[in-house]
Amino acid sequence: MSISKEQVEHIAALARLRLTTEERDQFTIQLNQILQYAEKLNELETDHIEPTSHIDPMSNVMREDKVQPSLPREKALLNAPDHQDGMFKVPAVFEE
Amino acid sequence: MSLLQKQLKEIHNLIKKRDISARDLVQESIARIEEVDQKVQAFLTLDVEGAKKKAEKLDEWLKESGSTKLLTALPMGIKDNICTEGVRTTCASKQLANYQPIYDGTVVKKLNQAQAIMMGKLNMDEFAMGSSTENSSFHLTYNPWDLKRVPGGSSGGSAAAVAAGEVYFALGSDTGGSIRQPAAYCGVVGLKPTYGRVSRYGLVAYASSLDQIGPITKNVEDAAYVLQAIAGYDPQDSTSAQVEVPDYVRGLTGDIRGLKIAVPKEMMGEGIEEGVRAQVQAALKQLEKLGAMVEEVSLPHVEYAIATYYLLSPAEASSNLARFDGVRYGVREQGQNLLEMYEETRSKGFGPEVKRRIMLGTYALSSGYYDAYYLKAQKVRTLIRQDFEQIFADYDVIVGPTTPTVAFEIGSQVDDLLTLYANDVCTIPVNLAGLPAISVPCGRSEGLPVGLQVIGKAFDEETILRVAHAYEESTESIGTPDLGGVSQ
Repeated sequence: MSISKEQVEHIAALARLRLTTEERDQFTIQLNQILQYAEKLNELETDHIEPTSHIDPMSNVMREDKVQPSLPREKALLNAPDHQDGMFKVPAVFEE
Repeated sequence: MSLLQKQLKEIHNLIKKRDISARDLVQESIARIEEVDQKVQAFLTLDVEGAKKKAEKLDEWLKESGSTKLLTALPMGIKDNICTEGVRTTCASKQLANYQPIYDGTVVKKLNQAQAIMMGKLNMDEFAMGSSTENSSFHLTYNPWDLKRVPGGSSGGSAAAVAAGEVYFALGSDTGGSIRQPAAYCGVVGLKPTYGRVSRYGLVAYASSLDQIGPITKNVEDAAYVLQAIAGYDPQDSTSAQVEVPDYVRGLTGDIRGLKIAVPKEMMGEGIEEGVRAQVQAALKQLEKLGAMVEEVSLPHVEYAIATYYLLSPAEASSNLARFDGVRYGVREQGQNLLEMYEETRSKGFGPEVKRRIMLGTYALSSGYYDAYYLKAQKVRTLIRQDFEQIFADYDVIVGPTTPTVAFEIGSQVDDLLTLYANDVCTIPVNLAGLPAISVPCGRSEGLPVGLQVIGKAFDEETILRVAHAYEESTESIGTPDLGGVSQ
């Protein structure tokens, strides 16, 4: 499998990255290099092997459903690049 | 001799008897930082004023109550991907150049309770992605043993600061070797605990199923003390384990008679530099002399570990780093609309290695490729894990080199991705299997430190500490790097 410049552009769009032409060309070469190396995994037959997503077999870690103090709003907004009326402010989502 | 060169117990006694104060220790650290950090450049942010204030408060408190702890007043450094309330935490990324956490990570909280004093935040590869600290967006860090060489990474600042004697100990984080490899390159001790042993709350996530915080120290005993202070269950981290924490220092008996040591031939073969192999072989002889039994074994799937890691960790990273969008924190770049703002923020904020891994991870997770790459890698991860399980059915620890080479020269490997990634061949399998491992200095090759890696069973940090300690006690120290200055 090899990955084209167009695919690299598509992935960049999915990842919300804007690449320069040089970046796009360089990443195309490098991603192909890495993916080609990853082909090595196909030497192994894994049809009946369970995947490991996590080393500890724990699931659904619960705590008691008790009200606890949470982050005050002013603190949560301390690092916000922009905020208004106690909310994070972002540029317009929809065009007029 | 600087106070900071003394043994921890000795310092503790001096503090207990009030022969020295917290201010004295902090002052020593400041003096050493002023003396050598221009050369080493381990720090991204210094908090000298904060440290002085804490020392004064601590001294006052000690005057009144009198109760000290083992880490009382020890100057420490924290890797810059661990949140420290009110002290800039950048992950060495332009993206977070202005980020002031509003809370302390659990490990920081615990070390504050243990009365250690933070001097500042340490340099690293951006978002912990790299093996040389060359991926920091702010500046390089230089190996104290040879300023032309890298300190390793990603916790390069942490290892360099300890090696240079700027702080008494440091914390790093390890996703594929990022504590152990820089510890090996800088001639200090680095311990990656079992996955789940130490809370990750407040650690900026890179690859959540692999990341773990651990100590970087001058010797094994100190690593045991620091691990003691930071280990344990934390309800704030749902992956932290509810497993009892033993007394690590008490476990350092020096006695390893009858212990069964496995040496994987895959970690001693081609690709391992001759000088490194020779030092590791000498260390194995030493361990035998101490009464351990050493046998060669095979971990047949570790040769697939790098490929597995470079699919899984970018996949997790691409998801974790989606949060850096310029909305809630970090540096926002302007855009005409929301999408443009996201793209501008992320494209200008992230450096090349981070972008590369986000791209790779996004691809590995994208529709149509998920099974071929991500799922396949997860299955191979199972095989690698099983290799270790089989060995640990018959052996107590696995021993080998921490890294295939000694520290390389700055700039020498930046163009060759696959060679750079291959540096992690001995450390990555351990993260994939979630096991604990320690790197302890084991001689020098071409004048540069070599690291011996001891890998243990899950939650058996006690045994790897015991082995590393017994080895360290029975061999000559590699000494400290000569950086000049009076505090040396």
